[in-house]
Amino acid sequence: MAQVTAASHGEHEATTTGLNHRKMLMWAFLGSDCMFFGSLIATYLVYKGKSKAGPFPEDVFSIPVTSVSTFVLLMSSMSMVLAYAALTRGNMKAFRIWLASTVIMGATFLAFQTFEFYEFANHEVVVECNDPDAADWTDLQAKVGSACGSFVAGEETEVTIGEYTVKVFEEDGHAVAETTAGLTPRTNLFGTTFFTLTGFHGAHVTLGVIWLLSLFFFSFRKGGVTPKRNLDVDLAALYWHFVDVVWIVIFTVVYLFGVFQGF
Amino acid sequence: MTTLSFPIIRRPMHPTGVWSWITTIDHKRIGILYGVTAFALFILGGIEALLIRTQLIGPDRDFVSAEVFNQLFTMHGTTMIFLAIMPLGAAFFNFVIPLQIGARDVAFPRLNAFSYWTFLAGAIILNASWFLGGAPNAGWFGYAPITGQAFNPGHGIDFWIIGLQVLGIASLAAAFNFIVTIINMRAPGMTWMRLPLFTWMTFITAILLVLAFPVITVALIELMFDRKFGTNFFFTPAGGNPVLWQHLFWVFGHPEVYILILPAMGIVSEVLPTFSKKPLFGYPTVVLAGALIGFMGWMVWSHHMFTVGLGPIANSVFTITTMAIAVPTGIKIFNWLGTIWKGSLDFRTPMLFALGFIVLFTIGGISGVMHSMASSDAQQQDTYFIIAHIHYVLFSGAIMAIMAGIYYWFPKFSGRMYDERMGKMHFVLMFIGQNLAFFPMHFYGLDGMPRRIYTYDADMGWTALNALSTSGAYLIAFSFFIFIFNMVKSWRKGEKAANDPWDGRTLEWSIPSPPPEHNFDEIPTVHDRDDWWARKRGGVKHGVPVSGGSGEGHAIHMPQPSFWPIVVSIGLLVGAFGLIYNVAVAGIGGGIAMVGIYAWAFEPVNEPDEKQPAHH
Amino acid sequence: MTQQAHSADAHHAEAAPVHTGHPTPGTYFKVAMALTAITALEVVVYFFEWLSYGIIPILVILSLVKFALVAMFYMHLRYDHKLFSTMFVAGLVLALLVAFALLALFKWFI
Repeated sequence: MAQVTAASHGEHEATTTGLNHRKMLMWAFLGSDCMFFGSLIATYLVYKGKSKAGPFPEDVFSIPVTSVSTFVLLMSSMSMVLAYAALTRGNMKAFRIWLASTVIMGATFLAFQTFEFYEFANHEVVVECNDPDAADWTDLQAKVGSACGSFVAGEETEVTIGEYTVKVFEEDGHAVAETTAGLTPRTNLFGTTFFTLTGFHGAHVTLGVIWLLSLFFFSFRKGGVTPKRNLDVDLAALYWHFVDVVWIVIFTVVYLFGVFQGF
Repeated sequence: MTTLSFPIIRRPMHPTGVWSWITTIDHKRIGILYGVTAFALFILGGIEALLIRTQLIGPDRDFVSAEVFNQLFTMHGTTMIFLAIMPLGAAFFNFVIPLQIGARDVAFPRLNAFSYWTFLAGAIILNASWFLGGAPNAGWFGYAPITGQAFNPGHGIDFWIIGLQVLGIASLAAAFNFIVTIINMRAPGMTWMRLPLFTWMTFITAILLVLAFPVITVALIELMFDRKFGTNFFFTPAGGNPVLWQHLFWVFGHPEVYILILPAMGIVSEVLPTFSKKPLFGYPTVVLAGALIGFMGWMVWSHHMFTVGLGPIANSVFTITTMAIAVPTGIKIFNWLGTIWKGSLDFRTPMLFALGFIVLFTIGGISGVMHSMASSDAQQQDTYFIIAHIHYVLFSGAIMAIMAGIYYWFPKFSGRMYDERMGKMHFVLMFIGQNLAFFPMHFYGLDGMPRRIYTYDADMGWTALNALSTSGAYLIAFSFFIFIFNMVKSWRKGEKAANDPWDGRTLEWSIPSPPPEHNFDEIPTVHDRDDWWARKRGGVKHGVPVSGGSGEGHAIHMPQPSFWPIVVSIGLLVGAFGLIYNVAVAGIGGGIAMVGIYAWAFEPVNEPDEKQPAHH
Repeated sequence: MTQQAHSADAHHAEAAPVHTGHPTPGTYFKVAMALTAITALEVVVYFFEWLSYGIIPILVILSLVKFALVAMFYMHLRYDHKLFSTMFVAGLVLALLVAFALLALFKWFI
């Protein structure tokens, strides 16, 4: 990061295009990273709907929760660009505040993702046996609901249906069937491709958080981050926004399209 | 400035001896490191080939076991492609590109050193497998599911996966570096249409690398997860599809063959005009054809998979695109022929190799067009016919051109002349040897001999031709003894080379041999496509002699040596072994790399002069 | 590699392409509002079951707009040298083409 200043002590090196070497490298890297995520997304789509066993996307996704984490990541992009703008204006205090909030929002997104992974891995399916909307059940819910036939009032019974062990018991006077249908990378093709794709995106976010955090702490050292050397922040910001646009694609392609079968 | 430094180890300001090579960030030294290492690995791959050929010299032999044979052909392919031809190309990129574009170094000198050390780490990982339970044995394109845990429980495939990942990091770092260098460090007046052809082809190669390697990275990650974590990417009982591996591999793999051959085409396009005393015929067409090859290289990958059963539509589409890509290649060949047409030819060793390249590469191209047709390919798939094709394009093509390049630039990087007689002997023996080795493969290939079988039956009728192939392989090996002898002897006591022994055209010949550390005393201003040639002939009235080689006089700040590139590479090496054996060790490797990255980031490119105030 | 270090040069290097008015924090905030609104719209559309497969084009267009907004304003591609856009878009377009080709090869559209 410090190489920019250092070289300025040497002779002035003009570049052929007038563009900065490091910024050009960053853009070439982002173009290359498009191919990386493109291949992962292609793998996900090729295998979409090809899983032999559940749980499927419609069983585990919670769009409202993911919408919130998507919103947080989008806002972190805004905060990042405001941090950069503050730095170029020379307002170090505002720069640090916006940068810190970017880091916090990035960490929040990661917390959401951790929660989501944990939730999926321990996913519980609970159905009420006399649910009036039983017609809208997913296949997995219907499978669990099919255990309701062995309901004995006041008792808890266990039934094995396919790969699931379903508990049927009484709760508040209703018959309820419940099972754990966890999704891990080994469960099915959906789990394999979903965790790999979102996991690598999460790894990119983690790297970004570390990078931004380093800049934040470094900005307290004299001459660490200065308005003149805003390129150090500019490059981190480009990376951060790229991670954001990748998530825009993942949110649509993986989550919102998740409900379509055979697609 | 001092507040910014990150003093763990003192910076090596003026290292000498071995340390000067370990910490070097001079593109010329890195180029030589690349060249020597890659050539050593080329010899290793060659020994593997000789063992394969010795096994196949006659029917029913048991010189090596079937398992060792599998490991040999896998490592031969992987070594030659990733550890020999690619880094030999990189050696030329490093040594030649900054000189050709009139720059003092590459855009990111330390990243350049990192590329080399990481390449070395990848080579160590791949070859360590020989001593740690057996080398990878699933072929150089490692088709699933034979690479899966169930069929391949040893560590061989793990070494292959991790080795290729590390090599990918090295190649990507180098490619980013050269893209920026070529766009951004051209001397004044060096417009795109004045760029030397080798630099052009390198540029296209770097773009291909940057776009193709992420795909193999993803494929290898998926395979690794299948093996390590029991995911289902290529696990058929859970619905995984091994054909996906083939697609991902060849989406990378086909641009990869152009990554191998485009630098070779660039070298030939430099050598032919120089020794024909004519400018390159149809320069814009050659550039455009190169760019077209780079672009169309993305549209042909499934021709490696004609027999998979993709269906008539896919097979037809890929047949047509594959036939079409022969057009820009043909354009280049005609341009080379146009270049030597009516030239005053000087048959020095580099020229002989370049001419040999045209002839033999064309043969390889023609057999390529033969199996571009899906219907015809069904007969040729996985036979020795394919082996004949790949060796005509990659050995008789890429390696011949690389040899042309080594002889061509030898005076420049060593400052001495090679022995012309031995060079010609090398060419003649190698030319005969490779045709003896590879031409018969067409015949026993079409006769049905499959690739990758470790032995064959006497009454198959392949015995004589196989013996011929093996004798050709030994002849190639012998020719390389001459080459090595020539190189070692000439480098040590060869006749001193002039600055411009070939009456060259490009800027590297305008400076002393070997070039001073800072390359150009004054950055040249370019007025012409073959600028140095024109300047020598008074074509440029205001031409300034660019170099006296006096060296030290000017206050030229060259980037200073650094420890950190090799530290990061060592971190990757340790981390890679950790990924195979022990996650804790991977953590240690990651930690070393992290320390290296931070120290690197806080280390200035060059230390400020004492007298300059540290005003930041 | 050093223009940014000298403030005068920094201006020169940054300003190499034409600056059609530097974006202000106000612009960034408006973009953020647009991104939020589009995301909200996407989620609403998701719950319209009667749209059935019709949500595919709608969602594709909406997320493309989001993508473009971030790339053009937050990543400054709109204000920067077109070479940077070329580098990024080349990777992006190739990734799309390869992905579509793979989907076609896996009989996705039939």
